[in-house]
Amino acid sequence: MALLEVKGLGISFGGLRAVDDLNMEVDRDSLVGLIGPNGAGKTTAFNLLTGVYEPTDGIINLDGVNLVGKKPPEICEAGIARTFQNIRLFSQMSVLDNVKVPLHHHLSYSLAESFLHLGSYRKKEKEMDERAMEILSVFDLDKQADQLASNLPYGKQRKLEIARALATEPKLLLLDEPAAGMNPHETEELMNTIRLVRDRFKVAILLIEHDMKLVSGICEYLYVLNFGTELASGKTGDVLNDPRVIKAYLGE
Amino acid sequence: MNKTSAGKTPAKYGKIVLNILITLAVYAVMMVVIQGGMLSRQMTSIIIPCCINVMLAVSLCLLVGYLGELTLGHAGFMSIGAYAGALLTNYLDMPPVAELLIGMLAGGIIASVFAVVIGLPVLRLKGDYLAIVTLGFGEIIRSVINSLEFTGGAKGLSGIGTYATYKNFTFVYIFVILTILLIANLVHSRHGRAITAVRDNYIAAEAIGIHVGRFKTMAFVISAFFAGLAGVIYAHNVGILKPANFDYNKSIEILVMVVLGGMGNIKGSIIAAIILTLLPEVLRSAADYRMLLYSIVLIAMMLFNNSRFKLAIVEKRNLKKAAEIQKEGE
Ligand SMILES: Nc1ncnc2c1ncn2[C@@H]1O[C@H](COP(=O)(O)OP(=O)(O)OP(=O)(O)O)[C@@H](O)[C@H]1O
Ligand SMILES: [Mg+2]
Repeated sequence: MALLEVKGLGISFGGLRAVDDLNMEVDRDSLVGLIGPNGAGKTTAFNLLTGVYEPTDGIINLDGVNLVGKKPPEICEAGIARTFQNIRLFSQMSVLDNVKVPLHHHLSYSLAESFLHLGSYRKKEKEMDERAMEILSVFDLDKQADQLASNLPYGKQRKLEIARALATEPKLLLLDEPAAGMNPHETEELMNTIRLVRDRFKVAILLIEHDMKLVSGICEYLYVLNFGTELASGKTGDVLNDPRVIKAYLGE
Repeated sequence: MNKTSAGKTPAKYGKIVLNILITLAVYAVMMVVIQGGMLSRQMTSIIIPCCINVMLAVSLCLLVGYLGELTLGHAGFMSIGAYAGALLTNYLDMPPVAELLIGMLAGGIIASVFAVVIGLPVLRLKGDYLAIVTLGFGEIIRSVINSLEFTGGAKGLSGIGTYATYKNFTFVYIFVILTILLIANLVHSRHGRAITAVRDNYIAAEAIGIHVGRFKTMAFVISAFFAGLAGVIYAHNVGILKPANFDYNKSIEILVMVVLGGMGNIKGSIIAAIILTLLPEVLRSAADYRMLLYSIVLIAMMLFNNSRFKLAIVEKRNLKKAAEIQKEGE
């Protein structure tokens, strides 16, 4: 059974059918790309998968558990984490705290302990610090742990968003245009990081990306969206050579 | 591992020790001044109001500064606490301290219950809407108290034991410190971080598993609890409660303390609360110009809060810190 199963997924905004009859499967530990021209409905698909929007049609199953109708925090607990196309960090919090916020599911303590800083507070906070620093060091962010998130350069902010998502210990990680705004050198580095993340955190990754070099470099399988519907899907090499896909990207 | 971040560092312990020293020093000075009768009657009469305003400002700071929600109903929660506590202690017949403690517990809890009931629907609103609705809530509470019989209506509720005057400074001071300590601790905990995350980006907070509504309500209830406590102390400081003392001007007064204190800054809220309580009294001698001076000082404080000057200070501090971190890395 695939980790993520999506069948007949759809949503309308007024008259606009932003996503229509989308079928997808993502296997455990796989690296899958979701591509398509601007406005194709890729981000909307992510919003459906993470409960930001409730689908009008279709089924979403993660590990056999139905996710339709669940709220974003519940879907996170079920095992999907994401990043955003327009970066959404906790900008006035430190880099370290950005990663510590999602850790509280796994390293928890009571409200009374929060007020008094007694009981397991010390121990759990220390564990959180260590775990957060461990994750940050994967993204080479450990030296900036004490800085405000908003003071990081753009590329590092994108990385911090991935680090924060991973701290929820997801089974599936959704990345919405992780390379947007990066120069070729940074993109190259990001590709290595994404591969490393998949191997080290044992997580399946579904990513939206316009940078074809990144897509062809790391994705094993691709889904192509156009006008909300699936235009093509298959092995990366095959899909990128599909004339329909080339036409959709280049126009007539 | 980067030792500047993990666990309690010597610098953090130093800070804790410093805070304890400040707490004790302030207490010692106040006791000497009060016992020695060094203050005018006017000044002694505002010692406890200072304490009350600190409690109010710090508790509102949790909502406005850390949760990032602009609410204008803090005086409403204060009044609920004040009336609940005073009605109870009027009824009880026990040693003053016991009465006051029971009254405070009741006042705080009843204020929190109101916060749950109001918070659930109201906290769905955003920004200006929330401000308007909480403002309305405060005014409704006031007119309800005004029209009820057992609250004494517009004439006021009198005969309240004055158990919380400057003579009981120690008692009140303990609760001021407790309020500051508990809220500051909360802010530096997983709950506090979740609350701050909701402020910075609620969509991202939801996406990483934070039940936004739950944490908003939590902050609202905690803030109301401490406002209720402050209200009970207030009731037992003045001895008579009138609905008019809890109008929107009071809510705005508290909000101004938090804003001048630099929003998400507990220390700033404390200092602003003290200055803004003292100011009108200190300026009393300048009678005619009092309000004018008061506004000038207000504007000056506000300007300083955003000024280049302050930015320059902060920047210098950051640079120093960055240099330290770099050195450590080498
Ligand atoms: N909340 C909404 N209300 C109305 N229309 C929406 C909403 N969200 C998305 N849309 C519309 O749905 C379509 C798909 O948008 P979406 O953001 O999913 O595209 P995308 O594939 O992510 O594009 P891009 O590559 O530019 O990010 C667009 O026409 C957009 O205007
Ligand atoms: Mg998009």
